[in-house]
Amino acid sequence: MSGVLLDAQGVTVEYGGRTILSIDRLAVGRREILAVIGPNGSGKSTLLRVLGLLERPARGDIRLDGRRVEWGRDLLSARRRFASVFQEPLLADTTVEQNVALGLTLRRVPRDEARRRTSHWIARFGIAPLAGRQARTLSGGEAQRTSLARAFAIEPDILLLDEPFSALDPPTRDELLRDLQHILRETVVTAVFVTHDRDEALRLGDRVGVMWDGRLAQLDAPEEVFARPAGPDIARFVGVDNLVPGRVASAEAGLLVVETGSLRVIVPGEVAVGRSVILCIRPEDVVLRPESSEPTRDSALNRYQGHVAEMTPVGAQFRIRVECGKPLVALVTRHSVRELSLKVGSAVSASFKASAVHVLERTEPVAGDG
Amino acid sequence: MDLVWDGIRRAFLLLVGLDREVMAITWLSFQIAATSTGLALVLGVPLGTLIALTRFPARDLVISLINTGMGLPPVVVGLFVSILLWRSGPLGALELLYTPTAIVIAQLVIATPIVTGLTLAAVQQIPPKFRLQMLAIGASRAQLLWLLLSEARLPMLAAVMAGFGGVISEIGASMMVGGNIRGQTRVLTTATVMETAKGSFDVAIALSVILLALTFLVNYLLTMLQQRRRPS
Repeated sequence: MSGVLLDAQGVTVEYGGRTILSIDRLAVGRREILAVIGPNGSGKSTLLRVLGLLERPARGDIRLDGRRVEWGRDLLSARRRFASVFQEPLLADTTVEQNVALGLTLRRVPRDEARRRTSHWIARFGIAPLAGRQARTLSGGEAQRTSLARAFAIEPDILLLDEPFSALDPPTRDELLRDLQHILRETVVTAVFVTHDRDEALRLGDRVGVMWDGRLAQLDAPEEVFARPAGPDIARFVGVDNLVPGRVASAEAGLLVVETGSLRVIVPGEVAVGRSVILCIRPEDVVLRPESSEPTRDSALNRYQGHVAEMTPVGAQFRIRVECGKPLVALVTRHSVRELSLKVGSAVSASFKASAVHVLERTEPVAGDG
Repeated sequence: MDLVWDGIRRAFLLLVGLDREVMAITWLSFQIAATSTGLALVLGVPLGTLIALTRFPARDLVISLINTGMGLPPVVVGLFVSILLWRSGPLGALELLYTPTAIVIAQLVIATPIVTGLTLAAVQQIPPKFRLQMLAIGASRAQLLWLLLSEARLPMLAAVMAGFGGVISEIGASMMVGGNIRGQTRVLTTATVMETAKGSFDVAIALSVILLALTFLVNYLLTMLQQRRRPS
């Protein structure tokens, strides 16, 4: 990263008096790939339209290379530094080739150069055999490849991607995601990628921003967002199934003992005794063992006896709810389920490392214990 | 039946023989209809596009008026254009009544709502997100309009056909503001009415056949244009 390329400052968007986007500051570095996640209606797409100068914010500035973009005068030339790909491919009613060339035609790029870039990106996205086809005859995946090639052919300073895969079936989506990942890595481009899929964000983002209720609730390295969500809502959204409220009973040498009613949990942290906290434990970090196995003498390991209350298959894994005073959710491979011969009612011990727990200091009561 | 065959034979002879008067009438009809359709496109395409792309108060009312205008009775148009161009009327000083220009004006009034209404419908059926996508890949305002119209080219050509078809076949307005003056404002439709009134069915049929052939030819050419490069 060498300096800030795209910078939104104090940007708000209002529809009918209701604020739907309010961003204090969002700076995207040169050659950075910023993934923006958030639930539907959180303002992700609006943010992308504002960043791409397609929607004028009620207040605030968009800066490119530190210079404020004036609506009107330099709008077109500023807008032409971007290229966008939306959820629907939205191709013009002509051939694949002419669609890919469209951004270059609009910019009056000299013909030879345009032809070179068009065929390069058509090949790069694996649609060369389709170049002469009418866009309306393409499948969803082919059309989205065309749309991506159209955006890349522009060779923009900033690429904006708004859920480009969410309308595709899983195999098509995975294949295209893999291709895009390679292409993004080897192309000198700055990108903002909006998705509601956390795996896409993890795979593509240098940083991940989380949108919540029109605000940028967290902006961090991907592993940070997933391991240390800034609040309970974000925690749930990024897949933290275990949110356990409790109170700090003692604090010593960087380790806290948290009472959660029926469980005592040891976690690392610096929180004053008596404070309310919420413990975030990812289900992948909860390990299940047969109850009879030997207890480990490890102060940094939290271990509870209980029984399997519910088993839900999730892809190649099982989501297992263990009742051990508080419900704990674990994500276990099918292989382990067989090995441990887990069934509803099986007695198990559930354990997780102290270091796997992320402690949120509670500011307001949350609904539901998770 | 003899009457019809006779008429067709006569029409054929008039055509092959390149009867000067018939040729002149046909050419004038085509010129007037093409001019009024062309002008209607110049007015109606931007107007229809503008209404399709903007939101303003009473928009629904305006669209309803345009849709009503698509079925405007030519006689009513003829009446009001006559009053407008009447010697003592508001535009009487221009001395346009009973000239081909007067017919063009009347036909323009008939064709403009047709072209506007069909353009409006054609542009409106393009999803709003398409507009956003075109802006997002760098279209200027003018380029956006061009992209939208070329995206809507199929229904747009239908608008041209409907406009031309509406005016070439219209009689009431041409008669009222043109006056069916021989060698000056006589067009295929007014000539047909006159020949029928005179009982010269053969000539009337000949003129009708020519009118049909002309309309067909224009529509055929436009259809060729419309269906070009569409293998599916």
